[in-house]
Amino acid sequence: MRPILMKGHERPLTFLKYNRDGDLLFSCAKDHTPTVWFADNGERLGTYRGHNGAVWCCDVSRDSVRLITGSADQTVKLWNVKTGAQLYTFNFGSPARSVDFSVGDKLAVITTDPFMELTSAIHVKRIARDPTEQTEESVLVIKGPQGRINRAVWGPLNRTIISAGEDAVIRIWDSETGKLLMESDKDSGHKKTITSLSKSADGSHFLTGSLDKSAQLWDARTLTRIKTYVTERPVNAVAMSPLLDHVVLGGGQDASAVTTTDHRAGKFEAKFYDKILQEEIGGVKGHFGPLNALAFNPDGKSFSSGGEDGYVRLHHFDPDYFNIKI
Amino acid sequence: MAAEVMLMNEVESKAAQLGIDLSVDLNSIQLPPGENFGIVSDDEDVYLDDQLEFDSGFGNVIVVDNLPVVPREKFEKLEGVIRKIYSQIGVIKDDGLWMPTDPETKKTLGYCFIEYNTPQEAELAKEKTNGYKLDRSHIFAVNMFDDFDKYMRVPDEWAPPEIKPYTPGENLQKWLTDEKARDQFVIRAGTDTEVLWNDARQSKTELVYKRTYWTESFVQWSPLGTYLATVHRQGAAVWGGATTFNRLMRYAHPQVKLIDFSPGEKFLVTYSSHEPSNPRDANRVVINIFDVRTGKVMRDFKGSADEFSVGAGGVAGVSWPVFRWGGGKADKYFAKLGKNMISVYETDTFSLIDKKSLKVENVVDFSWSPTDPILALFVPELGGGNQPARVSLVQIPSKTELRQKNLFSVSDCKMYWQSNGDYLAVKADRYTKTKKSTYTGFELFRIKERDIPIEVLELDNKSDKIIAFAWEPKGHRFAVIHGDNPRPDISFYSMRTAHNTGRVSKLSTLKGKQANALFWSPGGRFIVLAGLKGFNGQLEFFSVDELETMATAEHFMATEIEWDPTGRFVATAVTSVHEMENGFNIWSFNGKLLYRILKDHFFQFLWRPRPPSFLTPEKEEEIARNLKKYSKKYEAEDQDVSMLLSEQDREKRRKLKEEWEKWVSEWKQTHEEENSERQKLRDGEASDEEEEYEAKEIEVEELLDVSEEVLPFED
Repeated sequence: MRPILMKGHERPLTFLKYNRDGDLLFSCAKDHTPTVWFADNGERLGTYRGHNGAVWCCDVSRDSVRLITGSADQTVKLWNVKTGAQLYTFNFGSPARSVDFSVGDKLAVITTDPFMELTSAIHVKRIARDPTEQTEESVLVIKGPQGRINRAVWGPLNRTIISAGEDAVIRIWDSETGKLLMESDKDSGHKKTITSLSKSADGSHFLTGSLDKSAQLWDARTLTRIKTYVTERPVNAVAMSPLLDHVVLGGGQDASAVTTTDHRAGKFEAKFYDKILQEEIGGVKGHFGPLNALAFNPDGKSFSSGGEDGYVRLHHFDPDYFNIKI
Repeated sequence: MAAEVMLMNEVESKAAQLGIDLSVDLNSIQLPPGENFGIVSDDEDVYLDDQLEFDSGFGNVIVVDNLPVVPREKFEKLEGVIRKIYSQIGVIKDDGLWMPTDPETKKTLGYCFIEYNTPQEAELAKEKTNGYKLDRSHIFAVNMFDDFDKYMRVPDEWAPPEIKPYTPGENLQKWLTDEKARDQFVIRAGTDTEVLWNDARQSKTELVYKRTYWTESFVQWSPLGTYLATVHRQGAAVWGGATTFNRLMRYAHPQVKLIDFSPGEKFLVTYSSHEPSNPRDANRVVINIFDVRTGKVMRDFKGSADEFSVGAGGVAGVSWPVFRWGGGKADKYFAKLGKNMISVYETDTFSLIDKKSLKVENVVDFSWSPTDPILALFVPELGGGNQPARVSLVQIPSKTELRQKNLFSVSDCKMYWQSNGDYLAVKADRYTKTKKSTYTGFELFRIKERDIPIEVLELDNKSDKIIAFAWEPKGHRFAVIHGDNPRPDISFYSMRTAHNTGRVSKLSTLKGKQANALFWSPGGRFIVLAGLKGFNGQLEFFSVDELETMATAEHFMATEIEWDPTGRFVATAVTSVHEMENGFNIWSFNGKLLYRILKDHFFQFLWRPRPPSFLTPEKEEEIARNLKKYSKKYEAEDQDVSMLLSEQDREKRRKLKEEWEKWVSEWKQTHEEENSERQKLRDGEASDEEEEYEAKEIEVEELLDVSEEVLPFED
C-alpha cells in the first residue's frame, strides 16, 4: 500500500470529499483554492479559484455537476465542477464552517461561526437547478448552540439536521420548523469540542470525532450512542468504510504544539478500528503533522487523508486489508 | 437548573460590580470553629488540635522567668539588657516587651513577656535562650505563653494510666499471601492515588484501593512494603491493612518536605525546611526521627540548612537522605556527614556512639554497607596533591579502620556497594598526566575475604567515560556503560568465574548500544539496558547468563523503569515531566509487552517492596535445581486462565456482533421503507445505492484487416 502523495496545497488541509462515483476527490485547504484530483492516480484535475480565505468545507452534488464550498472569507460559493466557473456566491456576516447538500441536492445546510457580535447559526438555502435563478434568501435559520458549529449534515429524508460543535453536544433539529428535537447527554457523550462528523453511506448512523480523544457512533434517527472508540490523541477527522466494518480516526496534538514534539510523539496516524468490537486494528503513518481530514472512496477500496503538513495522501488498500481478522 | 450553575466569568463580573475582591488566598481562610461547610476532613482531629493552639493568639509570646529582681532605678538597664538579648533572635513588636512591677515596692517581679512578630521567632527564642546564664544565680527559664495553660492543667494527683485492652492488629503482610502470587503497585495520576494488583496473566490490573487526594505531595512504600506513607502539610501518615488501607499512624511535622524510612522500617525520618525571618540567614531545617509503630519522636534535629548540607549538596541544599542508615535491617545505626566529621548515632539511645563524632578531616562522602555496620568514606586530595585522596572502611561501633587505600591524582570518587555487602566498587576519576582531562578506573574491594583484598580494574579503552555502573543484586557480576555518546558500549564483568576465582574478569562487551541506564532484575541474571532521555526510551532486555539479547523494545519517552520485587515483570512509565503519552507499560522479564495503561498527569509508579525471603539459601538453590517440577503446577494454572479468557472473549465478541446485526437489520428495513420517499426527493430518479452499478468487462474484437500470404513450403 504505497500511498500517492498529492502535493498542491500550500497550507494545511481542512476537508476531503469524494464524489458519488468515486472517481474524483475534492480537497479544501487553508490556502484559498479548493482542488479536484483524479481519485485513482492522484493527478490534479483542476482548481476552483475565487475564494479569499481558508476554505473549510465542501460538498459535491450526486450527479457531480455542482460543487459547494464554505470559506472563512464569509462566503459560500457554488461552482461548476467541470469548468471551474463560479456560479453563485452567498454572503454571510461571518465565516462559513460547513456545507452539506440534501438528498436530491435541492437544499444545502450551511453553518456560520460566531463573529463580532454575530452568534453561530445554521442556515438552510434552496439550491436552484438553474444557477441564474439562484437567490440569496434562507429557507430557515437556526440559532442557539454556544460556540462554533463545526459540522451540520442532513438527517434521513432531509427531515432533520444534525449538528455538532464546540459545546460537545450533538443536536437534531427539525429541518422544517427549526425546532430542537433531540440533544445528546453531556455526561455520557463527548466531553470536549466535536471536530468532525461523518455519515454512513445510507445515512442511518454517523460517527463523531472529538478533542476528548474519542470517537462515537450514533443512530441518526434516535440519537442513541452505539459505540465509542478510544484513542490516545485528540480526534480531528473521522471516516467510516462503506465496505467493511472499519472506522478510521485521524488526529494528533494541537497544531500549535507540533513544532515542539518529535514526529513519533505526535501520533500523526490514521488509526483503523473495528467498528463492532471497538478495537484498534492498525495505523497508517506518513503525515508530518496532525490529520485534519479523512475520506473513504465510496467503493471502500481506497481512502485519503489530509494533514496539517499540506499533503493529501491517497492510499489504495492491499489485498491483505480485505482479509484482516481480529 | 441553568440559573444555579453560574459560570465562573459571570461570578467574576458580578463580583467586580459589587466591588468584591475575588483573589482570595485560600490558605488565609479560617473556618469558624465547629463549621466545616459540609467538607469533612479526614484529619478532623489533627485539624482541631491545631485550632486550639491558634485560637488564643498568643503563639508569638514568650515568658522569660528567673530574671533579677531590680528596683525602679535599675529597671531601664535591665530592660535594655533583655531587649538586646532577644532582639538578636527576632523582631520584637513595638511595646512587645513588658516587664511587670510590684505596685507597692516598684520592684520587678523577676519575669517578663516578649511578643514577637511571628510564632516561629518566639519558638526559636525559647529554644535558644532557655537555660541562658545571665549570671550565676540567674538562669533564664523561657516558656511559650500558650504552654502555661497546658502546664496549669496538669492534675495535681497522679492517676495510674489507663491500660487499654489488647486488640490484635491486622495482618499487615496479607498481600504476600495472594493466591495468584501477584504483586502490588501504587500509582498517582491527577488527584487520584490507586493501589493495584498486577494481574499479568489477564494482562490487566485489579484495583485494591483508590482514594482521591490521598496525599498532598507524594506517596512512598516502606522498604519492606508493610506501609504506604503519605505526605501532608501537617505531617506524614502511614497506611496499611489486611485487605484495604487504613491509617495506622500519623507523624506530626508541619511543612514536611521529604521522608525516609530506615531499612528495617522501624523508624521514619521527616524533613522540613523553613524560610528564615531574616532573609540573609540560611533556611531553618527541622528533622524528626519517629518510631514508626508508636509514632513517638525519638530524636529531633534543628538547625540552619548549612549544617545539614556538607559535602556533595553544597549551595543547592541538603542532599537527601541526610541521615543514612547502616547495619542492615536491624536499624542499629544512622549517620550524618558533618564538617570534618561523620556523626554516627545508635538507635538504642539515639545518641552519638561514644558521645562523639568520628573525626575525619575533609571527608566529603560516605556510604554504609547494605548489610554490615561498615562505613566507607572518601577524603579528597589535599594540598595540591601532596596528600593523596583516601578511601577507608571503618567498622562501627568500634570505629576501627578495616582497610584503607590511598589514591593519587583523583578528581572525584563514587562508591557502589553490592547488595549483599560482599563487594565495594569505588569509581575513581583520575587526572591524566597533563591534568587536562580525566580517566576512570575502579578499585574493587572484596569485603568478605580475609584482609579485604583490593583489585584495580581499568577499562580496555582508558579514555572512555563511565555513563553508568550497576552491581548484579545478590550476585558477583556488574555492568558498566562506557564510551562517548551517542552509542556507548556496555561491558559485563564477574568477580568470580569458574576458573578464575580470585580475580575480576570480563565476560563480554556489547558494542554501540543506545543505552544510558542499567536496571538489573532484583534476582540478578537479567538486566534492562535502557536509553532514557536523549534515547527516547529504548529498551533492551538482556540475559547475562546466556550473554544474549532476549528482546528489544521501545517505550517512547519513558522516564522511569522499575522491576517488580520478584524480578518477573518490568514497569516503564512516562511521568508528567512530559506533557504527552503519560502512563505506564508492564513487560515480562524477557521483554514482552503485557499491557499498557494511559493516564494523564501521571506522577508516580512504585512497586510494593517485599520483605526478604525466609527461605534458606540451600532451599532456594534446591528450588532453582528442581524448577521444572515446581513450574508444572503454574503452567497448568496459566493454561486454565488463558482458556477461560479466550472463552470469555469469544462470548463477548459474539454478543457485540449480535447487537450490531440488530442495528444493521433495523437500518436496512427503514432504509427500504423510505425508499420511495427518497426517490421523490430526487425527482423520481430511481437510483438508490441498491442499483449497485456493476463493472462489466466487455471484450471487443475488431477485425482490422485480412490478408493472405503464400509461404513457400521448404523441405
